[in-house]
Amino acid sequence: MTLHDRLLALDRRWVFGVLAVFVIIPVFLKFSVPITPVKEVREIYDFVEGLRPGDHILLSLDYDPGSMPELHPVAYAMLEQCFVKKLKVITLTLSTTGAQMVEEAIKDVADSCRIYHGFTPQRGIDYVFLGYKPYPGLIILGMGMNFRIPFPQDYYGTILDSIPMMRGIKNYDNVKGVINLSAGNVSDYWVADGNARYGVKLALAMTGVMAADYYPYYQSKQIFGIIGGMKGAAEYETLCKNPGKATDAMRAQVFAHVVIIIFIIIGNVAYFVGRRKNAPTQESR
Amino acid sequence: MEQTASMSTQIWTTVGIFLTFCLFSFLYKDNPFYKFAEHLVVGVSVGYWAILLYYTNLRQNLLDHLFQPGTWTPKFDELYYIIPALLGIAMWTRFSKKYSWISRYPLALFLGISSGIAIPVTMKNNVLSQLRGTVVGLGFDWSTSGFLGVPQGFWDVVVVVGTISSLIYFFFSKEHKGAWGGAAKLGIYTLMIGFGATFGYTVMARISLLIGRIQAIQDWWKLLG
Repeated sequence: MTLHDRLLALDRRWVFGVLAVFVIIPVFLKFSVPITPVKEVREIYDFVEGLRPGDHILLSLDYDPGSMPELHPVAYAMLEQCFVKKLKVITLTLSTTGAQMVEEAIKDVADSCRIYHGFTPQRGIDYVFLGYKPYPGLIILGMGMNFRIPFPQDYYGTILDSIPMMRGIKNYDNVKGVINLSAGNVSDYWVADGNARYGVKLALAMTGVMAADYYPYYQSKQIFGIIGGMKGAAEYETLCKNPGKATDAMRAQVFAHVVIIIFIIIGNVAYFVGRRKNAPTQESR
Repeated sequence: MEQTASMSTQIWTTVGIFLTFCLFSFLYKDNPFYKFAEHLVVGVSVGYWAILLYYTNLRQNLLDHLFQPGTWTPKFDELYYIIPALLGIAMWTRFSKKYSWISRYPLALFLGISSGIAIPVTMKNNVLSQLRGTVVGLGFDWSTSGFLGVPQGFWDVVVVVGTISSLIYFFFSKEHKGAWGGAAKLGIYTLMIGFGATFGYTVMARISLLIGRIQAIQDWWKLLG
């Protein structure tokens, strides 16, 4: 059996094994890789930084636990940035399994603010969590008329009118912008029903799988920024000077990508060598 | 700050890590541990979703309007909420051979409303805005430096040429020969670059999920320690 045949017959579990080793080791090693924020991520950061204390911002955290590694770091960095800037943060989730995660993120960031910034964001004053509602398109359209239509109460059952930071806040006209963290087609609804229908100033943070599909909306200025996958999350953490899990994970990403590129090269070489070997010769024709 | 995790957190985190290993075991080969974890996910998800739907939707958006909150005492000031309730119940008639025709009425209403909302928005969102963004919205600015230090105007030309050539590739009413064929070939290359970008992002996303679980295992180990 030639090397070429061996390569083509390689058990795919070897590939999994090698990849696992090259992902696990860098996670436990301590070194840093350079992270350079790109324009589309910086624009979101600059937008939030440009808001004044007391301005309202809506964070729609529409992802499930399966996408936590890519989107949770953005949520943490952005929430902390908003709280430190004394913005009024309206949060909600349009993902079925998102509610507990959002609650956990707010609680953790509030703890972080208490420890590192000397204040604790207060529910109802600094932030509100509206909870989860199904059918994202209808909810986004409903909020365009009045937040109270889809969300008469917040996640904890408090009537919206009795929440101090929601007084006088009727719909998207009263928030400076919407940032949607999404792991599915909820982003489509935000672009179509939020931006196209109501002209919401919108930015998206999304999983890597989705990112390439949404760049046309950025290019056509329907959205003003994109945070794509874990790399985007690491860039946002870098901008916020708040390195977290995404920044940590970049070490493993670098190694994993190098391994995958090597595998792709080996696979292609094996394919082309095989094609040349199996090509019909002059005599066989 | 040193924090001590409760026994409950330790137990549930351990269960989570055990299930992670169960699911990863499929990479070696199919086995009962994987099957167990897979079925558990499906069962828990359905149960969780049903309860969440009741408390966050059915109760808040319907029952609280028809009954005094927390009781079954009827309220009469918002009786019109009976209409969506009846439409919702009518959907369930699909399970009856005899009365399934009733379900067509709420379904027709739903389809009509959905189309009415979606069609103009989709036209604006995916056709008009994209057209404007691809041609009119581009500045063809040769003085500003863009990607790789090349003037932005060049990249704007790339967008226009890439879009038009990709559209030519999908135009099958004229044979792809000569200059037309060349443009179609350029379209294929443009599409391939797009697929490549998607593939690259997808690889990063899948690796991210693996890293996420490894970080979770690392956190769990610290939690136990």
